[in-house]
Amino acid sequence: MEHIISVTVENKFGVLSRVAGLFSGRGFNIESLSVAPTLDPSMSQMTIVTSGDERIIEQIVKQLNKLIDVIKVVDLNETEFVSRETAIIKVHTKDADRAEALRIVDIFRANVIDSTPNTYTIEVSGDPKKIEAIINLLQPLGIKELIRTGRVAVAREPVRSTAIQAKKVARD
Amino acid sequence: MKLTGAEIFIECLKREGVKTVFALPGGVVLKIFDTLYQQKDIEVILTRHEQGAGHMAEGYAKATGKAGVCLVTSGPGMTNVITALADAYMDSVPVVCFSGQVPTNLIGNDAFQEADNVGLSRPCTKYNFLVKDVNDLAATIKEAFYIATTGRPGPVLVDIPKDVSMAKAEFTYPNSVSIRGYNPTYDGNKWQIKQAAEAIMKAKKPILYVGGGVIFSGASQELLELAEMTQIPVDMTLMGLGAFPGEHLLSLGMLGMHGTYQANMAIHYSDLVIAIGARFDDRVTGKVSEFCPYAKVIHVDIDPTSIRKNIHVDIPIVGDCKTVLRELNQILRATVNGEQKDLRKPWWDQIREWQQAHPLTYHQEKDGPIKPQQVVKRLYELTKDRDPIVSTDVGQHQMWAAQYFKLAKPNRWLTSGGLGTMGFGFPAAMGAQAAFRDRLVLCIAGDGSVQMNMQEMATAVVSKLPVKIIILNNGFHGMVRQWQDLFYEGRYASSYLDTTPDFVKLADAYGAVGLRVKKVGDLDAVLKEALATDKPVIVDVPTYPYENCYPMIPAGGCNHEMILEDPPELKKKQSGAAKVTPEDKDTVLTA
Repeated sequence: MEHIISVTVENKFGVLSRVAGLFSGRGFNIESLSVAPTLDPSMSQMTIVTSGDERIIEQIVKQLNKLIDVIKVVDLNETEFVSRETAIIKVHTKDADRAEALRIVDIFRANVIDSTPNTYTIEVSGDPKKIEAIINLLQPLGIKELIRTGRVAVAREPVRSTAIQAKKVARD
Repeated sequence: MKLTGAEIFIECLKREGVKTVFALPGGVVLKIFDTLYQQKDIEVILTRHEQGAGHMAEGYAKATGKAGVCLVTSGPGMTNVITALADAYMDSVPVVCFSGQVPTNLIGNDAFQEADNVGLSRPCTKYNFLVKDVNDLAATIKEAFYIATTGRPGPVLVDIPKDVSMAKAEFTYPNSVSIRGYNPTYDGNKWQIKQAAEAIMKAKKPILYVGGGVIFSGASQELLELAEMTQIPVDMTLMGLGAFPGEHLLSLGMLGMHGTYQANMAIHYSDLVIAIGARFDDRVTGKVSEFCPYAKVIHVDIDPTSIRKNIHVDIPIVGDCKTVLRELNQILRATVNGEQKDLRKPWWDQIREWQQAHPLTYHQEKDGPIKPQQVVKRLYELTKDRDPIVSTDVGQHQMWAAQYFKLAKPNRWLTSGGLGTMGFGFPAAMGAQAAFRDRLVLCIAGDGSVQMNMQEMATAVVSKLPVKIIILNNGFHGMVRQWQDLFYEGRYASSYLDTTPDFVKLADAYGAVGLRVKKVGDLDAVLKEALATDKPVIVDVPTYPYENCYPMIPAGGCNHEMILEDPPELKKKQSGAAKVTPEDKDTVLTA
């Protein structure tokens, strides 16, 4: 099962390779990994998307915690969380395709961030399903390049009443 | 006053109580060696190979319980010490290794003798540092010792570029260390400990399964109290030997692949496994899915990742063995009464039955070839009053040593368990001897293993480390040969050593003493002569080459399904070789 693990680490050189080395050395999967400094510049936040059964995820969380540069590990699957991913897609666009591309951009609330006579560069952000959907629609036009950030995620703030929480979940 | 990086290094070591450094110089660490040369507080033991330095630091650490320290140069110095670091990492040995590095402005330029020391050692150290600024050096060394010796111990590397050892800085040594991502848990969860106590009170067939964690935690006394109070039998892992007295009535000896019959049967049929400072290694569990199938499992370990890594645990307790056992004993003292003894009588009857049915056996003919077990047994009997420290290499001799050398106390047993490093024993023994100059230090070795760090004999002679090496010389990589006989139809692919050096002459060439046992009747006399010598000694004991180590659980087998003796076809094959001495091995192999 897929798990999103949020890891707070020391922001210093070598930490990324310690985390990556842990995953490769112990044969754990990494589907995506994103990392950037937090508000406190001495720390970085990693979002790791991984998969495995309960026992493997338990080991991943424990092994991450064991790393001396790791300050905090949260398996977001144990709570409610929201996640987003950004993709930048360079699409071949000629003549009539240009209007079609813009329609798709519009539908997905994406943005054209660069344009040439033959291409559009489109930025889109959302959950992975949305990214997959826009990719599928743009594919017939001819995708020249595609780059995805991998997911970032954050736990939802607890809501006072469980009823409200249920509603929110339903709306999503 | 400002000090150079090299001087800061030495001041830090003094404050950590380091008396001995195992080291080999090179270009980028010359400043450090030059500064060490000009002081008298820290002894430098010059090794002949960096791997030796690393294992000596391990031996020192295992025997003293304090961090062992080694110092190597950049590039090949670092790559050579990697094996020892990997070994220390697997067996949780506190070692602090200092490596030289090319000057900071050359890092990444493929400079002469440059290697990415931090990158190389990352997967085989608990933590590692590259010190880029001399102002950070003291704090880094403090952290290195702190990390190596606290929590689950392990090796730590500090990489010091040449310019950092030469630059000057104001020296202040921090009093304490605070690392926000590193806070080992020492106190076990009270509720869990209570659960454990209740399970222990109720169990009809309990067994204690204890490992190296008990030794590093210094919990032997607490373990003894627990076992005696509750009358629970004790299985020890290879790393745990010495944690509990080997001759104690409650001791069932070592468990696992070459463990005793009773130790393996008891853990298989028990209804409560109390694991303390052990990690359910595959050499202990055999087939994981059928390991202790009837038991509830209590697991005490300071490393949370050890718990539920290999097997399901019912009552996990993360904490220091000593602290947890103290608390557990306190609860049990108030509740234990005579009833447990009655409750467990059938269990003990069963265990005694197992013990009697299949004790460790071998057959030594009076005029026949020397059996390796006989050598270990006699060595044990001749030295046990002197409370020796014993090291081993890896292979058959290691297992026979584990079976027949019944250690009474912790920190006497130096062996490479997790990594299984041949060549570990001799330098590790030297490290222990460097820590305890007056003690008797024995190294039980095989003729294959011992050659992997033989060069250190020069170190032993020059640094006056009178280790006694007893080589069980069977002319084979014996354990490989045993597996080939059992599982590869007797094809001895690369296991026959064909020619081994004359170890007596070799010892002589180094300026040590070499002795040989020619026949079994001479064994005691030669061993006694070796023990009475105050120099390093090699005792070469040519042994029966086809002796196999039993009991044996084949890899992936179940603990209660042990091979107890040579299968009939093997016996038949070897009956023709029964009278063979190593001198005419060739004829045996072609016969």
